[in-house]
Amino acid sequence: MREVIRMAYRKVAIVGAGMTKFVRRAQETGKELAYQAARMALDSCGMTLKDIECVVVGSAPDAFDGVHMKGEYLLNGAGGWRKPYMRHFVGGGTGVFAPIHGWLHVASGMFDTCLVVCSEKMSSCHPHPQGAFKTIFDHTTEQPLDPTLIWIFALEMNRYMQTYGITKEEIALVSVKNKKNAMDHPAAQLPMEITVEDVLNSEVLAWPVNRLDISPASDGAAAVVLASEHVAKRITDKPVWIAGVGWNLDTAYWATRDLAYPRYVEKAARMAYEMAGITDPRREIHVAEPYDPFDYKELHHMEGLLLADRGKAVEMLVEGKTQRDGELPVCPSGGLLGVGNPISAAGLMKVIEIFLQLRGEAGKRQVANEPRCGLAQAWGDLMQVGTVIVLRR
Amino acid sequence: MELEKFELGATHFREEDLEEGRILSLHWKPNLKYAWDNGVAIGRYLAELKEGRIIARKCQKCRRIMLPPRMFCELCWRPTDEWVYVKDTGTVNTFSICYINWDASRLPEGVPPHIPAVIEIDGASPGMGILHKLGEVKPEEVRIGMRVKAVWRDPAEREGSITDILYFKPEGRE
Repeated sequence: MREVIRMAYRKVAIVGAGMTKFVRRAQETGKELAYQAARMALDSCGMTLKDIECVVVGSAPDAFDGVHMKGEYLLNGAGGWRKPYMRHFVGGGTGVFAPIHGWLHVASGMFDTCLVVCSEKMSSCHPHPQGAFKTIFDHTTEQPLDPTLIWIFALEMNRYMQTYGITKEEIALVSVKNKKNAMDHPAAQLPMEITVEDVLNSEVLAWPVNRLDISPASDGAAAVVLASEHVAKRITDKPVWIAGVGWNLDTAYWATRDLAYPRYVEKAARMAYEMAGITDPRREIHVAEPYDPFDYKELHHMEGLLLADRGKAVEMLVEGKTQRDGELPVCPSGGLLGVGNPISAAGLMKVIEIFLQLRGEAGKRQVANEPRCGLAQAWGDLMQVGTVIVLRR
Repeated sequence: MELEKFELGATHFREEDLEEGRILSLHWKPNLKYAWDNGVAIGRYLAELKEGRIIARKCQKCRRIMLPPRMFCELCWRPTDEWVYVKDTGTVNTFSICYINWDASRLPEGVPPHIPAVIEIDGASPGMGILHKLGEVKPEEVRIGMRVKAVWRDPAEREGSITDILYFKPEGRE
């Protein structure tokens, strides 16, 4: 069945990108942020809204904004008015699912161009957007225990550390690396030069999670323009091709899963690799942006993406292999830990980073190994969705 | 294109800008109420908790004993077959020591931290964990693999809720 699918779909490229700065609280509304990012994406490739045949929007829970039907709310800012328009939501996986969603539109042959917009305004929710996450837990068997979202991460991180004998000191190196990388990102919310001790000495929120182990809540937007092969080649001489896509969800009975290994990320990655014809991802992926809302997640996801053996991603980190000048640069953008985490826009920011890296346009963030193939991955829902996109120049 | 060559949108503002009236904002506190029905499997689960027992569902095809109970087996994609009582003891799969409330506000000074844990219940299939809390234990004493037992609410005060188990405590501790 896969063979048939492979023959049926068309080549799709990313031809333009745009994003706003990521900030704790933006003066702009979600619509205005969507407009700014979408406008920049079109400008970046010399296109106008008239050239766009369909629009896709990704945005996280409506509860952040206190606005029901956020797809409709963002419609005008995203340029979707009187066009085929569709909003999707797969939790934190939304931002990387966004270009996959757009890819489906163009690869199918339905459309030649698609504007993909992710906009997030988390700051509307008070006293803290964390509160909006309470309802991701089962209303009868879990919510009466008054859970906070951080429990889930803390429980998973502890299980991961215990299973493989990894320390908090080692994991903190992810936060140190990514926040430093973000110092070269013009949209970054939390660029900073910190030490492992700073991470360990920051406030303990839910052990083993300290404050500097976590990405911030953010407002921001990001957008990309997709085009079919013949259109892409007219627009740019540097198209970046969507070589593979994959997504997968694990059981929602999260407490019954193996928390030390994200099998659903592996399944999503294998789907994307198969489509891209990748058989040895450690050799064929040259730059990666795995999802890093918490520092341990970068390592956890590198393993799910088959870029490291189980429990061994930490060795690559400690040896400096995941730095920008290392053999596999990981989160050269600065990731969610450094650039910020406006949920859906953060995932698309990662896709944009790979797009720029493959075009050699990442400025001071440019990795040293002249990448020809990279991937971005996001993760979310009840820690159970993996979304993966492989890009190639 | 390089990001550095564009003027990026989004204007950051501070709480003081709001407080001092430089930026206006509208507040709304929704007053919504929901009544969540328990369903077949969780309805029985809660009724048994009220009696001081934990009940699971078994699938005869894959032989798994599932907790929380469910009327369908997601692995075999068929109805589950029978109710099975399991024990109120188990093993800590993982835990956290938590100093914040559900809305990210901080616990007051001197209030002991929550210790949420995933507990694999004895009698259910391996790996079948539930989310609950630990108690009667110092945070620094908690270990993955620790044996624990449920501490039940007084029968007269039980209401058919997961909180009819107050918490789990180390096994063998009076």
